[in-house]
Amino acid sequence: MEHYLTLLVRAIFIENMALAFFLGMCTLLAISKKIEAAIGLGIAVVVVLAITVPANNVIYTYLLADGALAWTGIEALASVDLSFLGLLSYIGVIAAIVQILEMVLDRYVPKLYNTLGVFLPLITVNCAILGASLFMVERSYDLAESTVYGLGAGLGWALAIVVMAGIREKLKYSDMPEGLRGLGGAFMIVGLMSLGFMSFGGIDI
Amino acid sequence: MGLRKLLDSMEPHFNKGGKYEKFYALFEAVDTIFYSPAAVTKTGAHVRDGIDLKRVMITVWLAAFPAMFYGMYNLGFQANTAMAAAGITEVQDWHGIIIGLFAGHDPASIWDCFWYGAAYFVPVYMVTFIVGGFWEVVFASIRGHEINEGFFVTSILFALICPPTLPLWMVAMGISFGVVIGKEIFGGTGKNFLNPALTGRAFVFFAYPAFMSGDAVWTAVDGYTGATALSVAASDGMVALQAQYSWMDAFIGRIPGSMGEVSTLAIFIGGALLLLTRIASWRIILGVFLGMFALSSLFNLVGSDSNPMFAMTWEWHLVLGGFAFGMIFMATDPVSAAMTNVGKYWYGALIGVMVVLIRVVNPAFPEGMMLAILFANLFAALIDHFVVQANVRRRLARG
Repeated sequence: MEHYLTLLVRAIFIENMALAFFLGMCTLLAISKKIEAAIGLGIAVVVVLAITVPANNVIYTYLLADGALAWTGIEALASVDLSFLGLLSYIGVIAAIVQILEMVLDRYVPKLYNTLGVFLPLITVNCAILGASLFMVERSYDLAESTVYGLGAGLGWALAIVVMAGIREKLKYSDMPEGLRGLGGAFMIVGLMSLGFMSFGGIDI
Repeated sequence: MGLRKLLDSMEPHFNKGGKYEKFYALFEAVDTIFYSPAAVTKTGAHVRDGIDLKRVMITVWLAAFPAMFYGMYNLGFQANTAMAAAGITEVQDWHGIIIGLFAGHDPASIWDCFWYGAAYFVPVYMVTFIVGGFWEVVFASIRGHEINEGFFVTSILFALICPPTLPLWMVAMGISFGVVIGKEIFGGTGKNFLNPALTGRAFVFFAYPAFMSGDAVWTAVDGYTGATALSVAASDGMVALQAQYSWMDAFIGRIPGSMGEVSTLAIFIGGALLLLTRIASWRIILGVFLGMFALSSLFNLVGSDSNPMFAMTWEWHLVLGGFAFGMIFMATDPVSAAMTNVGKYWYGALIGVMVVLIRVVNPAFPEGMMLAILFANLFAALIDHFVVQANVRRRLARG
């Protein structure tokens, strides 16, 4: 149990997807102007990550990894290594799940669906999502670990975007130089936030 | 009133269309140092109060003086003691020339110690003030806002949290980063979301860790290494720490450390002034203290065989490292802290919890106050948002 807790804390704070790896920047910068929208998108990312990472884990372990097809019992498949298909399959799985999530939101939470607009489909190509799946393979997590990791990575990213939205809402009243309003300033804010999150760097758990 | 006349006669040159229009900010700064500005609000009801931004900032600046003067003395005391122990009789670099002018190296002499400290602190403060002030003036002139006394506070706080041996060009780098990236690009005083002094220090801390942390930087004697009390506690445990310093030593400030943070007593004297004038928010200070108290007590209860920091009790956390300084001067920065009353408790508690967490759990940083405050700064706006939302909901429910 402690192992999973450690993994979760690591994924949220120490290896924060947005502030330690700078993944998922496009969405982070675009949807962080209002806290409500940021919370919505954050939740969507948590859900997508918590589903896709374990789903991709299953696909990797039982279909793609070296010798993964041994469970079929067919002699010829036992030595097949399909891991070169990894990138394609992960993207496919992510796209499918996001599509489903979109339909669910449209049906049950139309307000959030409208707020997220075009960015929900864009979660498909959010590098944080694909990144989590690739990290999962690289660190050879098992199914339970990858579920926890997916959840943690999502929560960390959601935390980052919500905090960012809070800061940007406050800075709405600031008199920033012309050229820095909008994306330029947003980049600066992410950088300074990352400085604030450095406090976790070096924690070895 | 000769000065008033002189300033008035110069004013047209600095106004719009005048010869020195670009330097209006500088003129305005000089003018308002001597006289209160003539411009007043014309419409609407507003509160008149003697305490304006200028007075607030100057009070904070003055409140930092006890810590500053004591810090200078202690710096010299630590260095002279170390020199006497090592048998060194003079400082080799240019500091030595300044020290040699007016003082000797007797650790028992208050003047010798004070002068030694001043020879290290004053150059750091001067560089901070000149370089930071330069950026302040550049931005104020180009962007057409006023030069603000807030910089007095930023500069003294930044200088006081530097280790005495920090090379002066790094001081310049740090304060430049703090003022420009931490404050001015967001529009200057009152618009930033991080404490500029801490932003600058964090930048130097991560860019040149060898000059900002470790054992060799805290005592201003070449080649001398002396661990800070916190790193002694982190590596050798509480027993080793108590063998070296008593709690009273740490409270009064006879320990190595950065210039302003060593004496909890001197900081509390300044803090009392800030609390009496209601400049520092007691809610934040209480929050920081309670957060630290709760988590350190929890760690005491849990205990650990491998990590001696678990055993450090709250009264030690209070007097060691930058905790007291951060709690009184940094956490209460009204701009980067939470603004709502309820939010201030949470904001403070977050700092208190984070500082203990970093000190105890994170082996990379023995000290955690700077990072804890920066971390809480990030959440301040969010905390306010939720407090306001909760308030809105409660009022709606009341009908």
